[in-house]
Amino acid sequence: MMLKQWLYVFFACMVSIGTTRAQLVIEITSGADQLLPIAVVPFGYNGVDALPEDIAQVVEDDLARSGLFQPVPRANMLSMPSKEEDVFYRDWRLLKSDYVVIGNINKLPNGQYRIGFELLNVLSQKPVQKHASIDVNARNFRDAAHYISDKVYELLTGSRGAFSTRILYVTAEGDKRSPLFKLQVADADGHRPQVVVESKEPILSPSWSMDGRNIAYVMFRNRRPSIFIQELATGKRQQVAQFRGLNGAPAWSPDGKKLALVLSKDNNPEIYTLDIATQKLERMTNHYAIDTEPSWEPDGKGIVFTSDRGGNPQIYRLDTRSKRVERVTFEGELNTRARMTPDGRYLVTVQKNDGNYHVALQDMNTGRVQTLTETYLDESPSIAPNGSMVMYATTDRGKGILAVVSVDGLVKYRLPSAEGDVREPSWSPYFK
Amino acid sequence: MSVNKLGKFAVIGLSAAWIVGCSTTASDTDSSTVAEDAAAMEQAEADAANADQAYGAGEGDAVTSVIVDDVAAQQAEVDPLADVQVVFYFDFDKSIVRPESREALAKHAEFLVANPDARIVLEGHADERGTREYNMALGERRAKAISRYLTIQGVAASQIETVSFGEEVPVAFGSDNNAWQLNRRVEVRYE
Repeated sequence: MMLKQWLYVFFACMVSIGTTRAQLVIEITSGADQLLPIAVVPFGYNGVDALPEDIAQVVEDDLARSGLFQPVPRANMLSMPSKEEDVFYRDWRLLKSDYVVIGNINKLPNGQYRIGFELLNVLSQKPVQKHASIDVNARNFRDAAHYISDKVYELLTGSRGAFSTRILYVTAEGDKRSPLFKLQVADADGHRPQVVVESKEPILSPSWSMDGRNIAYVMFRNRRPSIFIQELATGKRQQVAQFRGLNGAPAWSPDGKKLALVLSKDNNPEIYTLDIATQKLERMTNHYAIDTEPSWEPDGKGIVFTSDRGGNPQIYRLDTRSKRVERVTFEGELNTRARMTPDGRYLVTVQKNDGNYHVALQDMNTGRVQTLTETYLDESPSIAPNGSMVMYATTDRGKGILAVVSVDGLVKYRLPSAEGDVREPSWSPYFK
Repeated sequence: MSVNKLGKFAVIGLSAAWIVGCSTTASDTDSSTVAEDAAAMEQAEADAANADQAYGAGEGDAVTSVIVDDVAAQQAEVDPLADVQVVFYFDFDKSIVRPESREALAKHAEFLVANPDARIVLEGHADERGTREYNMALGERRAKAISRYLTIQGVAASQIETVSFGEEVPVAFGSDNNAWQLNRRVEVRYE
């Protein structure tokens, strides 16, 4: 029952507009050593018609992409049980699989599908997750699969999965000299992309509200930038900033009430906060240097931002109450566009070293810095809500693509797109 | 007036209409896909109407057509600037006006001082390196450097608007010094 309620809420948040476009496909380019072997058995089905998605395959892909699991290939499976009583644990021990996910799908008289699943521990021969089920429509099969992946991930790793989250990103398609810009939303695995806004003028800096219902972005109109807030489900949007000069880098506060943004209306780029309900602007920085790319700390007490007040761009922290500013990054030729992990432990930046731009991770406790990526022109890092992965934009053979790296740097995969230049990923929060 | 002349006017009228059509299409192409339903569409229109007053004028079709005609007429008269450079280049991560830009900028300044009703937009751009919002700030810094150069020569600040496109609108493609150089620029656009 709890499961059902959760799903209904989730589906209510979903947008169902736009057409299916060229999809992003996952390729794992490197992985960690210690992987947990798990078998995701194809789910049984009581019907004869074709199902919209192979749920077990989606779950298997999710788990593999996390870099923590080693799925058992289907071809090696000695049996394909869909009920616990049909499971011969010895078969799975032979395959050195520690865990088995089984499930079955039943078509209901109302046209929906009831998807049941169980997670079994091969060594103890006991269920980790007893049989549970969710009812979905045909178009929500992938949601059901991501839900199961989240459950399995959480039960086996102890931390919350982020498979049911989504991403925003911008594509530039068509003629390079006058491309069509599209702001798109897709599942975190790149599937089911939908166009949210399109324009002949640039769109950039998409950002999520903390409940995942609203987005903010910068869009040019008549050759000037404005900041918009848009409700994802309805498309209703509101222009919240169109001052002379810069209107950029919107970032939602953790309590959802404010937007941090960059304006140059008072001459040079400064960080402001905008109270969304009252439309009241408050200037947060005051310096003749460039101050930009604000991002809130998880507790909302501070804003990290990029400033070249020290000569070259580095990350600074602003206390939102006292407005005191202190420098945070010291390693690298420059550091820009910081994002903090949800636990506040790490700061992710775009760091320049020897002329190359890479995503770097700074431990806020020890100050230790680690470079996470090594591709060309890596930028726009965005952290998964469980803090496990960082999605970023990079360039491959002259084309913008999205890629993901784990926070420990061990797992990397890419999401190549068939269409256009892909950039500026923004990972959603959990959908409440 | 001969029939022939009338015909010419018709052609001019049509092409003007075509230009207007193009410009309005360009400004109206941004659309929420979700905005297919009437309510959202109205909202989008309301947004456009609520535009900051500094920019609101160009939104309506009628106004746009007048502006386009005026610009066309003005450009016909304003031959003094016909051959003057309108794109000015910058060094990497720098916003210093280069010495070779000065002569052409002086001509723009001269024209703007002589024509106090003329308005320009300085559109600043950056190359692809560095983050997008930082490049927005950098593009603006470059546009402001040109703006300062013009105001020092007597151009009224009210005649100049600076806008940055960051790295979003490159003119050269490829990841090499040549492309980057061509993209680090400020374009002068007469309104």
